[in-house]
Amino acid sequence: MEQIEFDYPAKRRVTGRAHVGVVGSGDLEVLLEPRDGNGAHVFIRTSVDGFRDTWKAVMDRFFSRYDGSVGIQINDAGATPGSVLLRLEQAVEVSER
Amino acid sequence: MNIDFIHRESFIELDARARAHSLLDAGTAREILGPFDRVESPWLLMQGVTPQADDGCVVMKGKIAGQAAVVIALEGAFQGGSMGEVSGAKLTAALDLACADCEKGRPTSAVMLLETGGVRLQEANLGLAAIAEIMASILALRKHAPVICVTAGTVGCFGGMSLAAGLSSYILLTREARLGLNGPEVIEQESGVDEFDSSDRALIWAIHGGEQRYATGLADALVEDDTQQVAEAVRQFVLKGVPLVHRSSQVSLYRERIAALDTSRQWDPMELRATWGKSGDEKEKR
Repeated sequence: MEQIEFDYPAKRRVTGRAHVGVVGSGDLEVLLEPRDGNGAHVFIRTSVDGFRDTWKAVMDRFFSRYDGSVGIQINDAGATPGSVLLRLEQAVEVSER
Repeated sequence: MNIDFIHRESFIELDARARAHSLLDAGTAREILGPFDRVESPWLLMQGVTPQADDGCVVMKGKIAGQAAVVIALEGAFQGGSMGEVSGAKLTAALDLACADCEKGRPTSAVMLLETGGVRLQEANLGLAAIAEIMASILALRKHAPVICVTAGTVGCFGGMSLAAGLSSYILLTREARLGLNGPEVIEQESGVDEFDSSDRALIWAIHGGEQRYATGLADALVEDDTQQVAEAVRQFVLKGVPLVHRSSQVSLYRERIAALDTSRQWDPMELRATWGKSGDEKEKR
């Protein structure tokens, strides 16, 4: 069990929030909601230790295309980087619906 | 019963939130203590287990067939749908609030979507206490309004929560569902592979499977894995109201059944259907 936090610069205000996924084996839960102030904050709790660099790479890629000022909480049960990115994109889609 | 496999909308493939939503009348569902309220288990983090923001228990208030109802759905994919302190408290509180509404003259039915292995082992005694409270709350509510248990699969309903299912007014299963006190692996572990081979899927479903449970009179409805069929069956139970006699009140019937069973030889599941399926007619059959 490891807790990881990241901050990213983000300017765009968002209004919607989204909850997707489940903390089941190989999957994860994403809670995305609007955040006051400039910047996005990511808070990750993962059952698999030692993958901070991988999380950073996934988040860097996600925030290279997304500029919403949001708080993202991830509860992870061993999802692969691909699943993480898909869940994040799903959360964005739901929040903008 | 048979519906087009391609065009049906699977109930089993829905997560707990979508299952609860699908049973309530359109536009009436309102989630209570949702994931953004972040009422999660305080015990899992201490043991290195990632918690879920709703503790795997979804509570939704709304209407079914135009009548007030609360749906409580357990998420089988999170920790096997196990009952911890928080998920247990959410389920108990939902039943108690429904009971309080009934006493104030506003009949409120409860639907429990149980996909659970029972007590969450990481929360041990708190989970046991939670299940005792749930059972007490079911007994209080079922006098006023029906408590409907739905187990669709794929987890099934085992352990202490099978007792909660047993106390409910109506039990609705699919062929994929399993319902039993001790799961196959527990029986094999405790009594040996000769007693129960937990790798034998045909054996498991012949004992615990939804079809067998229904055929032996231990469930009230057997439906296809189809969201509309499940929702319609739930609606019918809500409209039916409190049963004249609850299954769990028929103590002498079940005592006599067990007393009459010759355990000196091996019974097979079809024989049990023939013997028990016909003797449970004290209660009106659907």
